[in-house]
Amino acid sequence: MNIFDMDIQLYEIYMVAGMSLVTFGIRYIMFPISGRFQFPKLFEQGLSYVPPVVLTAIIVPAVLMPTGDILNLKLSNPYLIGAIAACIVGGLFKNLLLTIVVSMAVFLGFQWIFAMG
Amino acid sequence: MNTNQSMLPEKNSPFFQFFKGAKDTFPLIVGAIPFGIIFGTLGATAGLSFAATLGMSIFVFAGASQFVCLSLVAAGTAWPMIVLTTFVVNLRHMLYGATMVPFYKKLHPLWKMVLSFGLTDETFAVAVTRYMQKDDAPYKEYYNLGSMVFMYANWNLCTIIGLTAGKTFPGISEWGLDFAMPATFIGIVIPYLVSRPMWASVITAGTVSILASGLPHKLGLMVAAVAGVTVGLVCEKLFFTQKEQA
Repeated sequence: MNIFDMDIQLYEIYMVAGMSLVTFGIRYIMFPISGRFQFPKLFEQGLSYVPPVVLTAIIVPAVLMPTGDILNLKLSNPYLIGAIAACIVGGLFKNLLLTIVVSMAVFLGFQWIFAMG
Repeated sequence: MNTNQSMLPEKNSPFFQFFKGAKDTFPLIVGAIPFGIIFGTLGATAGLSFAATLGMSIFVFAGASQFVCLSLVAAGTAWPMIVLTTFVVNLRHMLYGATMVPFYKKLHPLWKMVLSFGLTDETFAVAVTRYMQKDDAPYKEYYNLGSMVFMYANWNLCTIIGLTAGKTFPGISEWGLDFAMPATFIGIVIPYLVSRPMWASVITAGTVSILASGLPHKLGLMVAAVAGVTVGLVCEKLFFTQKEQA
Protein backbone atom coordinates (compact mmCIF):
# COMPACT_ATOMS: atom_id res chain seq x y z
CA MET A 1 0.00 0.00 0.00
CA ASN A 2 1.25 3.45 -0.83
CA ILE A 3 2.10 5.56 2.24
CA PHE A 4 1.08 8.79 0.50
CA ASP A 5 -2.50 7.64 0.26
CA MET A 6 -4.68 10.59 -0.63
CA ASP A 7 -8.03 8.98 0.16
CA ILE A 8 -10.09 11.13 2.48
CA GLN A 9 -13.55 10.68 3.93
CA LEU A 10 -16.22 13.34 3.69
CA TYR A 11 -16.50 13.87 7.46
CA GLU A 12 -12.73 14.41 7.59
CA ILE A 13 -13.00 17.20 5.02
CA TYR A 14 -15.73 18.92 7.08
CA MET A 15 -13.70 18.48 10.25
CA VAL A 16 -10.40 19.83 8.88
CA ALA A 17 -12.18 22.70 7.09
CA GLY A 18 -14.12 23.58 10.25
CA MET A 19 -11.04 23.44 12.46
CA SER A 20 -9.09 25.61 9.99
CA LEU A 21 -11.77 28.28 9.76
CA VAL A 22 -12.29 28.39 13.52
CA THR A 23 -8.55 28.57 14.28
CA PHE A 24 -7.79 31.22 11.67
CA GLY A 25 -10.86 33.19 12.73
CA ILE A 26 -9.69 33.22 16.34
CA ARG A 27 -6.18 34.32 15.43
CA TYR A 28 -7.33 37.00 12.96
CA ILE A 29 -10.54 38.49 14.41
CA MET A 30 -8.84 41.09 16.64
CA PHE A 31 -7.21 42.89 13.69
CA PRO A 32 -10.32 43.99 11.74
CA ILE A 33 -12.31 44.86 14.88
CA SER A 34 -9.60 46.55 16.93
CA GLY A 35 -9.81 49.91 15.16
CA ARG A 36 -13.47 50.32 16.10
CA PHE A 37 -13.11 50.42 19.85
CA GLN A 38 -10.54 50.96 22.56
CA PHE A 39 -9.74 48.04 24.85
CA PRO A 40 -10.21 48.85 28.53
CA LYS A 41 -6.90 49.48 30.32
CA LEU A 42 -7.45 46.51 32.61
CA PHE A 43 -7.91 44.17 29.63
CA GLU A 44 -4.62 45.33 28.12
CA GLN A 45 -2.88 44.86 31.46
CA GLY A 46 -4.31 41.35 31.70
CA LEU A 47 -2.93 40.39 28.29
CA SER A 48 0.65 40.37 29.60
CA TYR A 49 -0.29 37.42 31.83
CA VAL A 50 -1.86 35.39 29.02
CA PRO A 51 1.08 33.46 27.54
CA PRO A 52 2.57 32.08 30.80
CA VAL A 53 -0.85 31.44 32.35
CA VAL A 54 -2.27 29.54 29.36
CA LEU A 55 0.87 27.50 28.85
CA THR A 56 0.98 26.62 32.56
CA ALA A 57 -2.63 25.44 32.35
CA ILE A 58 -1.56 23.10 29.54
CA ILE A 59 1.68 21.96 31.23
CA VAL A 60 0.38 21.07 34.72
CA PRO A 61 -2.32 18.54 33.72
CA ALA A 62 -0.01 17.04 31.05
CA VAL A 63 2.65 16.45 33.71
CA LEU A 64 0.61 15.56 36.79
CA MET A 65 -2.16 13.63 35.01
CA PRO A 66 -0.31 11.91 32.15
CA THR A 67 -3.09 9.38 31.63
CA GLY A 68 -5.65 12.17 31.50
CA ASP A 69 -7.80 11.18 34.46
CA ILE A 70 -5.81 10.42 37.66
CA LEU A 71 -3.44 12.72 39.57
CA ASN A 72 -0.01 11.04 39.66
CA LEU A 73 2.34 12.77 42.13
CA LYS A 74 4.59 9.73 42.56
CA LEU A 75 8.29 10.03 41.77
CA SER A 76 7.83 7.09 39.43
CA ASN A 77 5.96 9.44 37.08
CA PRO A 78 8.51 10.20 34.34
CA TYR A 79 6.58 13.31 33.24
CA LEU A 80 6.94 14.74 36.75
CA ILE A 81 10.67 13.93 36.90
CA GLY A 82 11.21 15.45 33.43
CA ALA A 83 9.26 18.59 34.37
CA ILE A 84 11.28 19.03 37.59
CA ALA A 85 14.46 18.71 35.52
CA ALA A 86 13.12 21.32 33.07
CA CYS A 87 12.33 23.75 35.91
CA ILE A 88 15.78 23.33 37.50
CA VAL A 89 17.74 23.67 34.24
CA GLY A 90 15.51 26.51 33.00
CA GLY A 91 15.73 28.39 36.29
CA LEU A 92 19.51 28.03 36.55
CA PHE A 93 20.58 28.69 32.97
CA LYS A 94 17.65 30.56 31.39
CA ASN A 95 18.49 28.75 28.16
CA LEU A 96 15.54 27.36 26.22
CA LEU A 97 17.42 24.86 24.07
CA LEU A 98 19.32 23.46 27.06
CA THR A 99 16.08 23.20 29.04
CA ILE A 100 14.32 21.20 26.32
CA VAL A 101 17.24 18.90 25.49
CA VAL A 102 18.19 18.10 29.11
CA SER A 103 14.63 17.54 30.31
CA MET A 104 13.81 15.33 27.29
CA ALA A 105 16.95 13.29 28.01
CA VAL A 106 16.02 12.98 31.71
CA PHE A 107 12.46 12.01 30.79
CA LEU A 108 13.45 9.38 28.21
CA GLY A 109 16.26 8.03 30.41
CA PHE A 110 13.99 7.76 33.41
CA GLN A 111 11.24 6.14 31.39
CA TRP A 112 13.75 3.65 30.01
CA ILE A 113 15.12 2.77 33.48
CA PHE A 114 11.59 2.49 34.81
CA ALA A 115 10.61 0.18 31.95
CA MET A 116 13.66 -1.99 32.70
CA GLY A 117 12.99 -2.19 36.43
CA MET B 1 36.91 48.47 -1.31
CA ASN B 2 33.78 47.37 0.47
CA THR B 3 32.88 44.45 -1.77
CA ASN B 4 33.19 42.16 1.24
CA GLN B 5 30.60 44.09 3.17
CA SER B 6 28.14 44.18 0.31
CA MET B 7 28.17 40.38 0.27
CA LEU B 8 26.65 40.29 3.74
CA PRO B 9 23.00 41.10 4.24
CA GLU B 10 22.61 44.43 5.96
CA LYS B 11 21.68 44.28 9.60
CA ASN B 12 18.37 46.01 9.12
CA SER B 13 17.38 44.43 5.82
CA PRO B 14 14.14 42.40 5.65
CA PHE B 15 16.28 39.42 4.71
CA PHE B 16 18.44 39.69 7.82
CA GLN B 17 15.39 40.08 10.08
CA PHE B 18 13.74 37.04 8.47
CA PHE B 19 16.73 34.84 9.25
CA LYS B 20 17.12 36.32 12.71
CA GLY B 21 13.50 35.39 13.44
CA ALA B 22 14.04 31.86 12.17
CA LYS B 23 17.28 31.55 14.18
CA ASP B 24 15.67 32.73 17.43
CA THR B 25 12.90 30.16 16.92
CA PHE B 26 15.38 27.28 16.67
CA PRO B 27 15.17 26.17 20.35
CA LEU B 28 11.39 25.92 20.00
CA ILE B 29 11.80 23.92 16.79
CA VAL B 30 13.79 21.35 18.75
CA GLY B 31 10.78 20.92 21.03
CA ALA B 32 8.32 20.88 18.13
CA ILE B 33 10.13 18.08 16.26
CA PRO B 34 9.14 15.17 18.54
CA PHE B 35 5.75 16.84 19.08
CA GLY B 36 5.09 16.92 15.31
CA ILE B 37 6.40 13.42 14.71
CA ILE B 38 4.23 11.95 17.44
CA PHE B 39 1.22 13.77 15.99
CA GLY B 40 1.85 12.10 12.63
CA THR B 41 2.29 8.66 14.16
CA LEU B 42 -0.88 9.01 16.25
CA GLY B 43 -2.96 10.03 13.22
CA ALA B 44 -3.35 6.51 11.89
CA THR B 45 -3.78 5.07 15.42
CA ALA B 46 -6.73 7.41 15.95
CA GLY B 47 -8.27 6.23 12.67
CA LEU B 48 -7.62 9.30 10.51
CA SER B 49 -6.52 9.09 6.89
CA PHE B 50 -3.08 10.27 5.76
CA ALA B 51 -4.68 13.20 3.91
CA ALA B 52 -6.73 14.37 6.89
CA THR B 53 -3.78 14.16 9.31
CA LEU B 54 -1.47 16.08 6.99
CA GLY B 55 -4.29 18.44 6.00
CA MET B 56 -4.68 19.41 9.64
CA SER B 57 -1.01 20.39 9.91
CA ILE B 58 -1.24 22.31 6.60
CA PHE B 59 -4.48 24.20 7.23
CA VAL B 60 -5.08 24.27 10.99
CA PHE B 61 -1.48 24.58 12.23
CA ALA B 62 -2.26 24.48 15.96
CA GLY B 63 -0.46 21.66 17.76
CA ALA B 64 -2.39 21.35 21.03
CA SER B 65 -5.80 21.35 19.33
CA GLN B 66 -4.61 18.85 16.71
CA PHE B 67 -3.73 16.44 19.54
CA VAL B 68 -7.07 17.01 21.22
CA CYS B 69 -8.78 16.33 17.89
CA LEU B 70 -7.01 12.97 17.57
CA SER B 71 -8.20 11.88 21.00
CA LEU B 72 -11.76 12.90 20.11
CA VAL B 73 -11.66 11.10 16.74
CA ALA B 74 -10.38 7.99 18.51
CA ALA B 75 -13.35 8.25 20.91
CA GLY B 76 -15.74 8.44 17.96
CA THR B 77 -16.80 12.08 18.47
CA ALA B 78 -18.91 13.74 15.77
CA TRP B 79 -17.08 16.35 13.67
CA PRO B 80 -19.17 19.41 14.72
CA MET B 81 -18.25 18.68 18.35
CA ILE B 82 -14.57 18.44 17.36
CA VAL B 83 -14.76 21.83 15.62
CA LEU B 84 -16.37 23.33 18.72
CA THR B 85 -13.66 21.86 20.96
CA THR B 86 -10.99 23.28 18.64
CA PHE B 87 -12.62 26.67 19.14
CA VAL B 88 -12.36 26.35 22.92
CA VAL B 89 -8.82 24.96 22.98
CA ASN B 90 -7.55 27.68 20.61
CA LEU B 91 -9.46 30.56 22.16
CA ARG B 92 -6.23 31.67 23.85
CA HIS B 93 -4.93 32.67 20.43
CA MET B 94 -7.50 35.46 20.34
CA LEU B 95 -5.58 37.02 23.19
CA TYR B 96 -2.35 36.59 21.22
CA GLY B 97 -4.05 38.45 18.35
CA ALA B 98 -5.17 41.20 20.72
CA THR B 99 -1.59 41.54 21.97
CA MET B 100 -0.30 41.93 18.41
CA VAL B 101 -2.85 44.58 17.33
CA PRO B 102 -0.62 47.59 18.11
CA PHE B 103 2.42 45.93 16.53
CA TYR B 104 0.66 45.00 13.27
CA LYS B 105 -1.19 48.32 13.06
CA LYS B 106 0.68 49.74 10.06
CA LEU B 107 0.87 46.49 8.09
CA HIS B 108 -1.08 45.71 4.92
CA PRO B 109 -4.19 43.54 5.52
CA LEU B 110 -2.55 40.67 3.66
CA TRP B 111 0.41 40.78 6.07
CA LYS B 112 -2.02 40.70 8.98
CA MET B 113 -3.73 37.62 7.55
CA VAL B 114 -0.50 35.75 6.92
CA LEU B 115 1.03 36.59 10.30
CA SER B 116 -2.18 35.81 12.19
CA PHE B 117 -2.40 32.41 10.48
CA GLY B 118 0.98 31.66 12.06
CA LEU B 119 0.25 32.91 15.58
CA THR B 120 1.18 29.66 17.32
CA ASP B 121 2.29 29.60 20.96
CA GLU B 122 5.90 29.38 19.82
CA THR B 123 5.98 32.11 17.17
CA PHE B 124 3.90 34.38 19.38
CA ALA B 125 6.38 33.96 22.24
CA VAL B 126 9.39 34.70 20.01
CA ALA B 127 7.82 37.56 18.02
CA VAL B 128 6.23 39.40 20.93
CA THR B 129 9.60 39.50 22.71
CA ARG B 130 11.10 41.15 19.62
CA TYR B 131 8.24 43.64 19.20
CA MET B 132 8.47 44.66 22.85
CA GLN B 133 12.12 45.66 22.58
CA LYS B 134 12.05 49.42 22.60
CA ASP B 135 14.15 49.95 19.47
CA ASP B 136 12.53 51.40 16.38
CA ALA B 137 14.24 48.97 14.01
CA PRO B 138 12.20 48.45 10.83
CA TYR B 139 11.13 45.11 9.41
CA LYS B 140 10.15 43.44 12.66
CA GLU B 141 7.32 41.86 10.63
CA TYR B 142 9.94 39.98 8.62
CA TYR B 143 11.39 38.70 11.90
CA ASN B 144 7.89 37.45 12.80
CA LEU B 145 7.49 35.92 9.31
CA GLY B 146 10.84 34.13 9.57
CA SER B 147 9.80 32.54 12.84
CA MET B 148 6.44 31.52 11.40
CA VAL B 149 7.76 30.04 8.13
CA PHE B 150 10.39 28.00 10.00
CA MET B 151 7.78 26.65 12.46
CA TYR B 152 5.32 25.88 9.64
CA ALA B 153 7.81 24.07 7.40
CA ASN B 154 9.11 22.06 10.35
CA TRP B 155 5.64 21.19 11.62
CA ASN B 156 4.52 19.81 8.27
CA LEU B 157 7.78 17.98 7.63
CA CYS B 158 7.57 16.34 11.08
CA THR B 159 3.95 15.37 10.47
CA ILE B 160 4.97 13.59 7.25
CA ILE B 161 7.90 11.89 9.03
CA GLY B 162 5.52 10.79 11.78
CA LEU B 163 2.94 9.46 9.32
CA THR B 164 5.63 7.47 7.55
CA ALA B 165 7.24 6.27 10.79
CA GLY B 166 3.85 5.29 12.20
CA LYS B 167 3.38 2.83 9.35
CA THR B 168 6.95 1.54 9.65
CA PHE B 169 7.19 1.29 13.49
CA PRO B 170 3.66 0.92 14.88
CA GLY B 171 4.95 1.04 18.51
CA ILE B 172 6.45 4.55 18.21
CA SER B 173 3.38 6.26 19.67
CA GLU B 174 4.13 4.63 23.04
CA TRP B 175 7.67 6.01 23.39
CA GLY B 176 6.43 9.01 25.36
CA LEU B 177 7.69 11.62 22.92
CA ASP B 178 4.66 13.67 23.92
CA PHE B 179 6.73 15.02 26.84
CA ALA B 180 8.25 17.40 24.26
CA MET B 181 5.25 19.72 24.56
CA PRO B 182 5.37 20.35 28.34
CA ALA B 183 9.20 20.53 28.15
CA THR B 184 9.01 23.28 25.51
CA PHE B 185 6.28 25.18 27.31
CA ILE B 186 8.16 25.10 30.65
CA GLY B 187 11.13 26.61 28.83
CA ILE B 188 8.90 29.40 27.48
CA VAL B 189 7.20 30.14 30.83
CA ILE B 190 10.30 30.42 33.06
CA PRO B 191 11.60 33.77 31.71
CA TYR B 192 8.20 35.34 32.48
CA LEU B 193 8.50 34.55 36.20
CA VAL B 194 10.13 37.80 37.31
CA SER B 195 7.46 39.43 39.49
CA ARG B 196 5.28 38.35 42.40
CA PRO B 197 1.98 38.94 40.52
CA MET B 198 3.30 36.77 37.69
CA TRP B 199 4.20 33.96 40.10
CA ALA B 200 0.78 34.23 41.75
CA SER B 201 -1.05 34.09 38.41
CA VAL B 202 0.93 31.09 37.16
CA ILE B 203 0.53 29.13 40.43
CA THR B 204 -3.21 29.85 40.36
CA ALA B 205 -3.52 28.72 36.75
CA GLY B 206 -1.65 25.49 37.49
CA THR B 207 -3.77 24.69 40.53
CA VAL B 208 -7.08 25.49 38.84
CA SER B 209 -6.10 23.50 35.74
CA ILE B 210 -5.97 20.38 37.95
CA LEU B 211 -9.11 21.20 39.94
CA ALA B 212 -11.08 21.96 36.75
CA SER B 213 -9.64 19.11 34.70
CA GLY B 214 -12.90 17.17 35.02
CA LEU B 215 -14.86 19.79 33.09
CA PRO B 216 -16.07 18.66 29.67
CA HIS B 217 -14.64 19.75 26.32
CA LYS B 218 -11.28 20.93 27.74
CA LEU B 219 -13.06 23.91 29.32
CA GLY B 220 -10.74 23.58 32.34
CA LEU B 221 -8.04 25.30 30.29
CA MET B 222 -10.10 28.47 29.83
CA VAL B 223 -11.28 28.47 33.45
CA ALA B 224 -7.67 28.15 34.66
CA ALA B 225 -6.52 30.92 32.31
CA VAL B 226 -9.20 33.36 33.45
CA ALA B 227 -8.49 32.56 37.13
CA GLY B 228 -4.74 33.04 36.61
CA VAL B 229 -5.06 36.38 34.83
CA THR B 230 -7.54 37.64 37.44
CA VAL B 231 -5.25 36.74 40.35
CA GLY B 232 -2.31 38.37 38.55
CA LEU B 233 -4.22 41.61 38.08
CA VAL B 234 -5.47 41.65 41.68
CA CYS B 235 -1.93 41.10 43.02
CA GLU B 236 -0.58 43.81 40.74
CA LYS B 237 -3.19 46.20 42.11
CA LEU B 238 -2.32 45.24 45.73
CA PHE B 239 1.45 45.65 45.30
CA PHE B 240 0.97 48.89 43.40
CA THR B 241 -1.20 50.42 46.12
CA GLN B 242 1.27 49.31 48.80
CA LYS B 243 4.10 51.04 46.98
CA GLU B 244 2.08 54.24 46.65
CA GLN B 245 1.39 54.30 50.37
CA ALA B 246 5.02 53.67 51.33
